[in-house]
Amino acid sequence: MRRRKKNKNTGRTKKIALGGILTALAMIFSYIESLIPIPLPVPGVKLGIANIAIISVLYLLGSGQALLVNLLRITLTAVLFGNFNSFLFSMAGGMLSLLVMVILKKSGHFSIVGVSVAGGVFHNVGQITAAVFLMDTTAIYYYLPVLLIFGIVTGIIIGLMGGYVTQRVYPVVGEE
Amino acid sequence: MKFTVETVKRKNRLGLKSADFYLVAVLLIITAGLLAWIQFGVKKQGETVVIKVDGNVVKQLALKNDTEFDVSGYQGGMNHIVIQDNAVYMSDADCPDKLCVHTGTIHKTGETIVCLPHRVVVEITGTTDTFDAVVQ
Repeated sequence: MRRRKKNKNTGRTKKIALGGILTALAMIFSYIESLIPIPLPVPGVKLGIANIAIISVLYLLGSGQALLVNLLRITLTAVLFGNFNSFLFSMAGGMLSLLVMVILKKSGHFSIVGVSVAGGVFHNVGQITAAVFLMDTTAIYYYLPVLLIFGIVTGIIIGLMGGYVTQRVYPVVGEE
Repeated sequence: MKFTVETVKRKNRLGLKSADFYLVAVLLIITAGLLAWIQFGVKKQGETVVIKVDGNVVKQLALKNDTEFDVSGYQGGMNHIVIQDNAVYMSDADCPDKLCVHTGTIHKTGETIVCLPHRVVVEITGTTDTFDAVVQ
């Protein structure tokens, strides 16, 4: 990652362009997942497939850019396709998941798949916590086990996909 | 477990680490534990139906008395709730997604029917409130 500093401007332009592309990609995934209803009586909860773009940003451009792209995705998606409830859900899920992913990545003990699984799980924990606050009912936590399984499965798939994506994109973006 | 880790390691180009496998295993165990605890430890035949609109309790009814009625949602909207044979379901609603109607019948403590567009929650509780305190 450090090597890029040799050619500062090219590196920055590439970073900005890639950040933009991945923001657009994240928004499209957010839109697609808003079309897929989860068969759960907790309305507004999403699968979290947009995480594939976020985890790619995290591994290609670092945590600062990942935070920026995530905030942009959540805000723009809510403005374009969502409502206030879906904004709250994705904000709670997206931010908690990113926080956990950044910490696990920094710890160095996990590969991209482990980071993604933790991200997927905490995405759902965040969403259900938002639902508990919004509906004022702790009983919604009873759906947590089902959501955890969803989070683990999507996390594994997204981690594998994200791993292959970053492997192939990194040589283009990373080296000078 | 060891076999799996080693086999994958030899082929993998993703840099999978054994910690990844342990993470997934631990999460699965937590999930299974939660599921078992909720299914066998906490849930039992409920006795009271609590209906909340936007977080405020609007109605509290005994599950054993058969009845049906309408609840108006937050900022309008209607949900038709039926209590029958010690169970409760939402027979009709004018919300766009109808997820509450599709939830079906509930009767155990802690089970809920949620209508997010109208902010209506139907919740089953036991006779006391100790149950909620434990979860919090």
